[in-house]
Amino acid sequence: MVNDLIGALIVMLGVLFVVLTMIAYLTYMERKVLGFMQDRLGPMVVGPWGLLQPLADGIKLLSKEDIIPSEANKAIFRIAPVISLVPAVLAFSVIPFGRDSFGFQGITLHPYIADINVGILLILALSSIGAYGILLGGWASNSKYSILGALRSAAQVISYELTAGMSVIGVLILSGSMSLVKIEDAQSGGFWHWYIFPQIVAFVIYLISGIAETNRTPFDLPEAESELVAGFFTEYSGMRFSLYYLAEYANMIIVSSIATILFLGGWDPPLPALGFIPPVLWFLLKVYFFLFFFFWIRATLPRLRYDQLMRFGWKIMLPISFANIIVTGIVAWALQR
Amino acid sequence: MMQQLPFIYFGGMALVCALLVVISRVAIYSAMALLGMFVHVAGLFIILDAPFLAGVQLLVYAGAILVLYLFVVMLLNVHSRGTMLQRQTPWAIILSLLAVGELGYLVLTSHFYPKLPAIPHPTVPTLGNTETIGMVLYTQYLFPFEVASVVLLIALVGAIVMARGRSGVRQG
Repeated sequence: MVNDLIGALIVMLGVLFVVLTMIAYLTYMERKVLGFMQDRLGPMVVGPWGLLQPLADGIKLLSKEDIIPSEANKAIFRIAPVISLVPAVLAFSVIPFGRDSFGFQGITLHPYIADINVGILLILALSSIGAYGILLGGWASNSKYSILGALRSAAQVISYELTAGMSVIGVLILSGSMSLVKIEDAQSGGFWHWYIFPQIVAFVIYLISGIAETNRTPFDLPEAESELVAGFFTEYSGMRFSLYYLAEYANMIIVSSIATILFLGGWDPPLPALGFIPPVLWFLLKVYFFLFFFFWIRATLPRLRYDQLMRFGWKIMLPISFANIIVTGIVAWALQR
Repeated sequence: MMQQLPFIYFGGMALVCALLVVISRVAIYSAMALLGMFVHVAGLFIILDAPFLAGVQLLVYAGAILVLYLFVVMLLNVHSRGTMLQRQTPWAIILSLLAVGELGYLVLTSHFYPKLPAIPHPTVPTLGNTETIGMVLYTQYLFPFEVASVVLLIALVGAIVMARGRSGVRQG
């Protein structure tokens, strides 16, 4: 009992440490990737190749003045960034990132914090709660730009969460489980078992909805710089501003992890012969591929107009995801016969 | 006692949040309290070994319905008008006393509380929670389930008809 608790605690702290470090270095990676794509060098000054830039940014953000507008609703203004970040980090508790548990001196370390049998549902629920942070932050700032950004974001997140949830159902039909560990297990044994092939439609829909849900370009309407200054966090500064930033990057990692687990087999190596590389590395490799994809899209595509975004979500993405569920259901039923 | 501690926490917090929904003057605070209530009710589902219901509770109520409430509250920018609400106080007292009296009478006369059978701890079925719900929903309760979906469809169509107005001109 006590050993279980210690093991869980160690994994928790480890995941938290790795995730926060990953987030910090994602900002660096994003600036580097964008820099190279735009024929620049990116950050180069702090440390070799600018490697210490995230550290410097962190110190700068921590030591900046925390300005609260005089007309703002202070209590909600203070708590909104926290509401945004906490569900994003909490979602990592059900992400399985490896295959083998290993133990020493009676303490077992699992490659996940919790394997609950509705893991995917929990992640969808948490990501919808994250929207409150954006909505409340925009409202509490008492500024026109903020409230417009917040309202846009609320509509966008609700619409695209629906399509993300619907696209996941195809995978649930095939794997017969909502537990992320079981979904991963169902795909093991080489890349031809991965759900990306039977569920290619769902994969594309999930990826697009994921980008829209995290408010990234080309769906970054809530914070469109050229029209809304910075959208819902216009009035935020210092550490509270960076909490929103952390939440955005944490959500990006979550979306990438879910895409990896649902469609690319998670820790499963593409060929059984490549099994000598540890499963955790395969998982990270796939996650980083998706993260790179996020930056790639950002460097490539211009921002959509707001009505285009909503029409695309409701009139194209949602019907296709419904059709995918029906077709998957019929085929799965026919194959069982 | 120790086993009931989670129930006392989640149930108590749900009650407190529900009270806050009713008594706070700022509509946004009410909505926030409602969010707190949904989260704690989800907690109650979890201690009842119903994680699927807990997830759906968060996803549907907290994630979709309450966001729409917030949306409306923010767009309309509702300010509380204290004096107008206070005019209702005598009526509110009379009606709530009536309601409490009725409830109390029912509880006292029907004796339903002592007759409640001891709730068996839900045995963990061989199928998961989600599978069990699916099985029951699509076999035993298929008809109510389909009726519910038709009712929802009617509401949907009605909302679209009302939003488009009488002119018949397509607005978009």
